[in-house]
Amino acid sequence: MLRDVAAIGAAMVAVGASFGAVAVAAGLPGWAVVAMSLLVYAGGAQFMAVGLVAAGSPVAAVLAGLLLNARHLPFGLTLGDTIGRRLRHRLLGSHLMTDEATAFTLARPAGAVRRRAFWLAGILLFLAWNAGTVLGVLAGGVVGDPAALGLDAAFPAGLIALLLPTLRDRDTRRAAVAGAVVAVLTTPLLPAGLPVLLALAGPALLAVRQLRRRASVAAGETGPSVTGDPVGSAQPRGEADVRPADAMPAEVVTAEVVPAGRKKESSC
Amino acid sequence: MLIAVILALAVGTYGFRVAGVLLRDRLDLPAWARQLLPVGAAALLAALAATAALTEVGRFAGWARPAGVLVGVLLAWRRAPFVVVILAAAGTAALLRLLGAP
Repeated sequence: MLRDVAAIGAAMVAVGASFGAVAVAAGLPGWAVVAMSLLVYAGGAQFMAVGLVAAGSPVAAVLAGLLLNARHLPFGLTLGDTIGRRLRHRLLGSHLMTDEATAFTLARPAGAVRRRAFWLAGILLFLAWNAGTVLGVLAGGVVGDPAALGLDAAFPAGLIALLLPTLRDRDTRRAAVAGAVVAVLTTPLLPAGLPVLLALAGPALLAVRQLRRRASVAAGETGPSVTGDPVGSAQPRGEADVRPADAMPAEVVTAEVVPAGRKKESSC
Repeated sequence: MLIAVILALAVGTYGFRVAGVLLRDRLDLPAWARQLLPVGAAALLAALAATAALTEVGRFAGWARPAGVLVGVLLAWRRAPFVVVILAAAGTAALLRLLGAP
């Protein structure tokens, strides 16, 4: 695991260095570039913001950057209970949540292993990105173009490699492929960030269908409805082919039932 | 002005991140919805990887990058170590660019 994180971390140092160099070349003072990497910590939005600030449109820089980062909300929903129970862990862990850290974490089975993966990837990648930025600011023009090293190909390949195990599940595979196709086709038409968010349309449809089925089952129980689904078919579709690799159901469900119940009692 | 941009971006981005993490506790999600969350995250990451592999500022990124990504993905599919996947993807794209591919 450490070696895998180190591989993507090395690439992040290089891209962080190119960010630092690009931002300084665009006229930003060094302290601002370093502060941006520390406080914003989102590569894509940082590159975009530097470009738009240099072009003289700071408001657009903020709006475009935030649109690009809206995807972190569903990431947080997914990783919420992996990060830890304590509030300070959650507050700190939230800042370390990136695409790569999320992919690393979700590639591990739920439980202690997944939690360790999150913190290892989160901390190391944060250090890598910021060390890279400082190097880039100091080295300035000496840092080469990351495209010449092929680093722009390394990140998508790494993300897909991390996703591959979860794609063995049929529903996940369909949602991922559909999301990728929708995002690529709408990229020329929509502002950056929005196409990626459209990938949530597939899972959202699954959710709506699930809700409808629930509703029809409930109707079948209370009255003599014709559409009464047999109860067996009402369980979530992914559950049919549970494999040890995505041990999500059992472990997470049991881990969460207790605190949820406790909360209800205390709120009374 | 620059400080305002950085702070607005930082606060907004952290807001998105922390909102999801903290909402997870407040929302009493049914089991099927909890199972759908990783599916949604996988769809987002796949969309991100696909757009990053194929496009650059809303246009086709040229052939070198997707070719590198494809080599990396094929190696990952053949269960090559992660380090090899990263190096092969970057190496392929870099080599193709050296040979003059866009």
